Amino acid sequence: MTQLAAADTVASTRGAVTIDVAGLAKRFGDTRAVDGVTFEVRPGEVFAFLGPNGAGKSTTINMLCTLTRPTGGFARIDGYDVLTQPDEVRARIGLVFQEQTLDDQLTAEENLRFHAVLYGVARAERRARIERVLELVKLSARAKDLVSTFSGGMARRLEIARGMLHTPAVLFLDEPTIGLDPQTRALMWDDVATMRREEGVTVFLTTHYMDEAEIADRIAIIDHGRIVALDSPEALKAVIGADTVDLHTDDDDRALGRLRDAGYRAERVGEGVRIFTADGEGQVPRLLETVAGGVSSVHVHRPTLEDVFLHYTGREIRENDGEPTSSGWMRARRAARR
Amino acid sequence: MRTLPAPAARVAERPRWHELRTVLMVWERELIRFERNRTRIVTSLSQPLLFLFVLGYGMSTLVGSTAGFDFKKFLFPGIVAMSVVSTAIFSAISIVWDREFGFLREMLVAPASRASLVTGKTLGGATVAALQGTIMLALAPLIGVHLTVALVFEVIGLELVMAIALTSFGVFVASRINRIEGFQVVMQLVLFPMLFLSGALFPLSGLPTWLTVLTRLNPLTYAVAPLRQVVFAVQNVPPLAAARFSATVTLFGYVLPVWLELVMVAAFALIFFVLAIQGFSRRD
Repeated sequence: MTQLAAADTVASTRGAVTIDVAGLAKRFGDTRAVDGVTFEVRPGEVFAFLGPNGAGKSTTINMLCTLTRPTGGFARIDGYDVLTQPDEVRARIGLVFQEQTLDDQLTAEENLRFHAVLYGVARAERRARIERVLELVKLSARAKDLVSTFSGGMARRLEIARGMLHTPAVLFLDEPTIGLDPQTRALMWDDVATMRREEGVTVFLTTHYMDEAEIADRIAIIDHGRIVALDSPEALKAVIGADTVDLHTDDDDRALGRLRDAGYRAERVGEGVRIFTADGEGQVPRLLETVAGGVSSVHVHRPTLEDVFLHYTGREIRENDGEPTSSGWMRARRAARR
Repeated sequence: MRTLPAPAARVAERPRWHELRTVLMVWERELIRFERNRTRIVTSLSQPLLFLFVLGYGMSTLVGSTAGFDFKKFLFPGIVAMSVVSTAIFSAISIVWDREFGFLREMLVAPASRASLVTGKTLGGATVAALQGTIMLALAPLIGVHLTVALVFEVIGLELVMAIALTSFGVFVASRINRIEGFQVVMQLVLFPMLFLSGALFPLSGLPTWLTVLTRLNPLTYAVAPLRQVVFAVQNVPPLAAARFSATVTLFGYVLPVWLELVMVAAFALIFFVLAIQGFSRRD
């Protein structure tokens, strides 16, 4: 299957596909961190890798960014091979890592100037470009301030600005909201949306937050180094199909019998009855009529990405939530030093 | 609806002199950080000053002066060298901090060659170290060491050579260290022995054999000696004192000339510079 996909994409011309990946794999000793992933990302698309910690998201992003050598398959960014043309690839990508990678003893502007020079932004354009990206993330007023005086959210937004400084074809965001509060997260996603709208950049992000994946045009669910599902959020949810309606009644057996007699797909769950049906909310009056009394509560549930994830991996993604990750610790430690 | 990017407009040709500009930018960052961190300037002066005044005055009483030339004057060039060396190593090791705090990643993922990054870092660290050494040099009159304009330039030149060698060495070490804890180990096991065995703090003539061997194996020895020789060249050093406080290094009975010592230091610098570039060019 990998072979076929590879053959298909060889013909693809530069510009038609921004990220072109086939059979990409990375082994660390006996561990298959990434076990042959294949996907394409089109220009201007927002593409999300959704998966639990350790699923292979960061390893994949590191391979796409030329920081880690693949042990199998290939990946091309804007037509350039990550293995054989790493410098070309690097010039065309912007990166926002999990951990903060600013020099906090430099000002925002100095950090950007450093980046502009290393990424070969022409001298004549440097000034204007720095002003432009600072404006896009609304940090123009803080240009001359040391990054050590920035909040975590401001630093993160400066990193997005920096990632966009050299007008990359793709902006990579590796778990960009780790350690940020919800309000800051929202601001950060606004910045990403701005970049996409104003600069036409393709966005590749990894996350283990469902609500963040929702902003993507397409989502790849990755588990144990493999893509288990890949589609738009809507299409993924449609796979789960029906809404579910949970009823709590005086007599669940009687309710179940009546519902089944009326042709509903229903089953007992815990202390209640669950009905699987399209348009759950619209069905509620008919359901109540069918059960005919004794209903104490009704709960309608529309499929979420959470359900999609559970469906494909047999696990809930949130089991990792709230645990401090290693980069979370880094951030905390850095904060403590200031 | 979506604004499609125009691939043709993206990152055209890398501008001319891109690698050179990268070197200069990385160099500039070192200077900005040096200038901004006044506390560091003062603290890194404190240790050489302690050696100069405490050890210098303490030992001068014990050693006494020979024909009006005392131990402090002997010690002074060694202390200048010492502050250059420790600043150079500290600057280089800051890469370990960059690694810990992520900035190294920002540099390594840029479309610039590792050689340019290592060159910029080495030259930046070396410049800062030479500056620090020159600040020490300004204290010469306090010790009664005579300075001339030509001497100051000679010393700065030698400081730069020494600093480039030590920064290259430090950058190489930093490329192999992944944790801040490793830094302490390097300091204890490498920097201090190198400083103490370099002739910075005592004359290298008439030592027991084992100590003679160790000092001659230490590359830093050949960096300290030229500095002391140029300083002594403009002082009034009576022959008796010159014999007692020898500024030169003998190897197998030959007195090494300054140029040969500099060649040795330059070779040391080159080897570790190449190793440092290699150290940062690995990709897993």
